[in-house]
Amino acid sequence: MTRRLRLGAQIVAVGIVAALLGLLVWKVAKDTGNDVTGSLAKGGTPTAPAFSLERLDGKGELELESLRGKAVVLNFWASWCGPCRDELPVLEDAWQRWRDKGVVFVGIDIRDLRSDARRFLTRFGVTYPNVYDGKGSTVGRYGTTGVPETYFVDAQGRVVYRIAGPVEEPDDLDEGVELALAGA
Amino acid sequence: MRALLTGCLLALALTVPAAASEQHPTPAELESELICPVCETTLDTSSARIALRMKARIRQRIAAGATKSEIKAEFVEDFGNRVLAVPPKRGFDLLAWLLPLVGLAVATAIVGLLSWRWSRRGRPVEPVRPLDPDLERRLDAELARFE
Repeated sequence: MTRRLRLGAQIVAVGIVAALLGLLVWKVAKDTGNDVTGSLAKGGTPTAPAFSLERLDGKGELELESLRGKAVVLNFWASWCGPCRDELPVLEDAWQRWRDKGVVFVGIDIRDLRSDARRFLTRFGVTYPNVYDGKGSTVGRYGTTGVPETYFVDAQGRVVYRIAGPVEEPDDLDEGVELALAGA
Repeated sequence: MRALLTGCLLALALTVPAAASEQHPTPAELESELICPVCETTLDTSSARIALRMKARIRQRIAAGATKSEIKAEFVEDFGNRVLAVPPKRGFDLLAWLLPLVGLAVATAIVGLLSWRWSRRGRPVEPVRPLDPDLERRLDAELARFE
């Protein structure tokens, strides 16, 4: 009886260690290159992770899925980020040029105070839709490495291009938009 | 009676500062209880831009007369429960409080059980063999010389 009890305890202990190891391997495998940024780096065109987030420029939520059929420019930003402020004129100008050609710009404000974000948008006269993601729920799935960062999604919901860091020249942005439109 | 009175006074002595902290929190208290969402350390050890904004907001809200719970709730509304350095004692987060206690209880039970078993096992005592009659006689004779 004692021997059986000891054997049972040993099996349970080994089982727990094996389960924890399995969990570790699964987590490492899951987090390595499986986000949008990782897939893009491997030459893929991953599906843009879905989201439904509170709008900063109005009431209700904006769902990425509702924009299917259009090219979408997703710009991750935060009001406390200096380079995000610097790239705003380029983004706003591009939005005005592309908005009538089946392109939607969406700003995603991450890890920010909601009131700061609203004030920022008003202060800098941003007219394209913006959503609030204070918890940063989209960050891991997109593989965002910082702010600002911009992703270009085609009409079928695939991410085709990414700009890490601020968009400095209109041409950089136009290149991504054209790729997104070409994927339609 | 005296013990009861002492107990009541002690409870009161502990409650008064807690209530004061809730009604009139200091920035330092809140900065040690909230996490910077970018660098994931408490605000008091962070100088990230968002942390500086959060510290400014804390001072602003304290000046406006907000309580500690109200200020924390506002940050949770923006950043979720991850902004709290200590998880709340409800819902799924309650597990963070309970699991260490359960682990400690299980470990204590296992150690107790093993100790009890080991203490019972003991070392078997060999039976005392009677002396050889010849040897016993010689021993008696030797001892008799000293009497």
